[in-house]
Amino acid sequence: MKASNSQWKDHLVGKIEPGLASEIDAFDSEIALKKQGKMEDKVFAETRLRRGAYGQRYDNGQRHDGLESRRLAYANPNTKGPTTLWDAPGMQRIKIPFGGLNATQLEVMAELAEEYSDGIAHVTTRQDIQLHFIHIEDTPAIMRRLGAAGITTREACGNTVRNVTACPLSGVCRDQAFDVTPYAKAAAYFLLGHPDTQDFGRKFKIAFSGCGDNPCALVRIHDLGCVAKVKDGQRGFEVYVGGGLGTVPYVAKLYTDFLPQEELLPLAQAMTRVFARLGEKKNRNTARMKFLVVKLGLDEFKRLVEEERKLLTPDPRWTSYLDGIENEQETPLRDPGLLQIENAQPEDFRAWRETNVYAQRQAGYATVTVALPLGDLTADQLRALADIARNYVNETVRTTVEQNIVLRWVSESDLPSVYNDLKAVGLHHAGAGTITDTVACPGTDTCKLGISSSRGLAGELRMHMAENGAAGNEAIKNLRIKVSGCFNSCGQHHIADLGFYGVSRNKGGFAAPHFQVVLGGQWTENAGSYGLAIGAVPSKRVPEAADRILARYTKERTEGESFQAFIRRIGKAECKKMLEDLMVMPLHSEDTSLYSDWHDPREYTTGDMGIGECAGEVVSPLEFQMTASEREVFEAQLAFEAGDIPKASKLAYDSMARAATALLVWHKSFYINSPDGVVEAFRKEFHDTQLFFDPFAGGKFAHYYFHAHELLGQERTAESAHRLIEEAQLFIEACHSCVGRMTAAPVKG
Amino acid sequence: MEHVNIKIFAEPGAQISLDEAIPVFHRWIQKRDLPELLIDVTDYSHVIAGPGVLLIGHEANYSLDNARNELGVLYNRKAKVEGDSLKQAYDAALTAAQRLEQEFDGKLKFRHDEVEVTLNDRMLHPNTEAGWNAVRGELEQFFDGLFEAGHYSVQRPTDPRERLWVRARRTN
Repeated sequence: MKASNSQWKDHLVGKIEPGLASEIDAFDSEIALKKQGKMEDKVFAETRLRRGAYGQRYDNGQRHDGLESRRLAYANPNTKGPTTLWDAPGMQRIKIPFGGLNATQLEVMAELAEEYSDGIAHVTTRQDIQLHFIHIEDTPAIMRRLGAAGITTREACGNTVRNVTACPLSGVCRDQAFDVTPYAKAAAYFLLGHPDTQDFGRKFKIAFSGCGDNPCALVRIHDLGCVAKVKDGQRGFEVYVGGGLGTVPYVAKLYTDFLPQEELLPLAQAMTRVFARLGEKKNRNTARMKFLVVKLGLDEFKRLVEEERKLLTPDPRWTSYLDGIENEQETPLRDPGLLQIENAQPEDFRAWRETNVYAQRQAGYATVTVALPLGDLTADQLRALADIARNYVNETVRTTVEQNIVLRWVSESDLPSVYNDLKAVGLHHAGAGTITDTVACPGTDTCKLGISSSRGLAGELRMHMAENGAAGNEAIKNLRIKVSGCFNSCGQHHIADLGFYGVSRNKGGFAAPHFQVVLGGQWTENAGSYGLAIGAVPSKRVPEAADRILARYTKERTEGESFQAFIRRIGKAECKKMLEDLMVMPLHSEDTSLYSDWHDPREYTTGDMGIGECAGEVVSPLEFQMTASEREVFEAQLAFEAGDIPKASKLAYDSMARAATALLVWHKSFYINSPDGVVEAFRKEFHDTQLFFDPFAGGKFAHYYFHAHELLGQERTAESAHRLIEEAQLFIEACHSCVGRMTAAPVKG
Repeated sequence: MEHVNIKIFAEPGAQISLDEAIPVFHRWIQKRDLPELLIDVTDYSHVIAGPGVLLIGHEANYSLDNARNELGVLYNRKAKVEGDSLKQAYDAALTAAQRLEQEFDGKLKFRHDEVEVTLNDRMLHPNTEAGWNAVRGELEQFFDGLFEAGHYSVQRPTDPRERLWVRARRTN
């Protein structure tokens, strides 16, 4: 834990948007409450997940060291979630809506990677950035430093609307209908923390694409996917719903072929309400929206969403962002230019230009892709990118779903200079978007669910393909390789030409890491179809398996035949036949090398797997709000101890009002904003009905609240404030008891 | 001083690749013969001029580091230290360097004429003149002990965005 954590709060006062600052302060208090044992594991787990603080491998305190499974002897026995130790390092996911970053944000990422993590920032397949090996008590300082740079980690994990992704080329793309960036941004911030998105059974993913053909945003693997479309001169979207990868991949269904732009946010809101109300909550394996769409049928789902849409109270934010949107555009820093005498440029520059430079729709400008090996970059590289972003472009930087970074609006005449500046820090790899640009989830490196080493394999394939000249083979150079450490598809293996996901196999009592081979997924048309699972190959033999498949395609494809078409033509059985001998495992006594994984010499085991946190914890809004009211009364005590009587009084009252509101929402779905309205409704629904009455004290605890409300705004003495805090605590306890009585099963007999 | 990092540099011409440290670090975890609680090994050998291969610990990380394309062993103290934090970090880095030399049987050797100290906390140890002046005395005393007063040169970062690091090199 950092010695400076407590100082960042004071240092950054006034530099963080107030709502976000309060949100982080609240989390800080929740950490303090958890340390005091005043917060349930399950609730704390979900609250940290909703702030992007995720568990990591071995955080249950068990690890196989290559000889045996041993306990990691952390001195602190406390937990931060079920079976998750307090001191075990975790991961911090940082939400980057549509992947957009500026230079200052890159610099902050560099600082955080150095000071709290392992020196590396990792770009994910959802355009997020992740830091690994983070201590939970450092997370508020991390969040504050991000907040001061305009970044929130809120709802980066957990059962929430996850990072809203969008084409990194949007706005500069030659094929787009229009720039989807402002729409993605509006959706991200409208739904962030929205009351209608707080009660999901699982996560909810949204993507925006500027066109239907290209895969930059992978619309069809999303719960809600929007493709830009212009109809009769009006902007709108082709909308897809119920897509998703995961264990069982579902291609999204067309919800409507044209949704006017004004209806985008209300539709998203209505859809989240239907998902929150009808989505599965108990069985986490069938809780994503794709299952709901299938269960209800598309027509019924659509009917329910439209019905919900009619019930929504109009919100000015639905359309306020549209003012002047058609004229919104990033501006370049430099004048447009032309690359002079390309032949005079060195060979490595020409190779890089061929794969990493995209000519924008705006003449004289290009978008440069910085290909990151396995999505990783160092703090020094982040700072160098910040410099490049300031020197050559107007800080127009984006992350991509292929775990790379793009620099938009590079004047073509600056390309050699940009290349040289990238080369100076080792970011000049050619091959972006080609077969060497492998994608991988964290896998067994850090993920609790990892079965095989996806990063180990992806790194190996990256080197293997480069060494074998695959990037120079016209037939295969543009194929995609994607690797997941398990069946959960974080590496998006279903939509790769060559996809692999981790599985294990046993032979003679020994476990061995394998990868299931998935061939012929469709990357184009926004991930239009999924690949065929062929069979499991030992990890160490996957490069050979890939070579065979690629060699056969190179040799036998007909003119113009795509890899997908070739795989379909020869069929699954023939593909399997090609690899069958590789699937046969020798005994451990014959060859031990296959019983360990890439870049990990330990004897392989699945015993290191933990309980995943992807599914979050199902915590009801009532539980969340009651926990928040407990946090507020705790903060009231701290303020009282610090001598701040007005603040203590306000917090104590707010804690009562929050608990009362929570009960009203839970019992009657009443959403009331005014303090008078809450008191009035609470009196009517809980006091007058005697629902709130304690078997011994009657309505006493409700009267504490009513009395506090009567005195609202009056100055309190220290004694009176102290009493108010005590009464607030008792009122909150009474709220818990009331819920307990109302939900208790009736006594039988 | 808090969160002290010490890097000891390898002699030129090391005949090992970064990923050869992976099995070594796993073995160190198995043997549990370093004072910190050792958790895992993480491999960034694919990143140019990066952190190399790290042995992640609870109180500190050890790594065969390749920042700025300079191979070395790095000790990164994460937890508080009672007593002399510079000496503690240096001793830990030196121990790791000696062990790696043994592990690689002459293919990797470390120099003892140069050391880099990084104070890995911008709040406590800002990379400013004031930040430098606040730790200068203590650092110079430390370098005097390593190289003898007046017989070494000192280098500091030119980029204010970097952490406060100080590199001392013995001079003849």
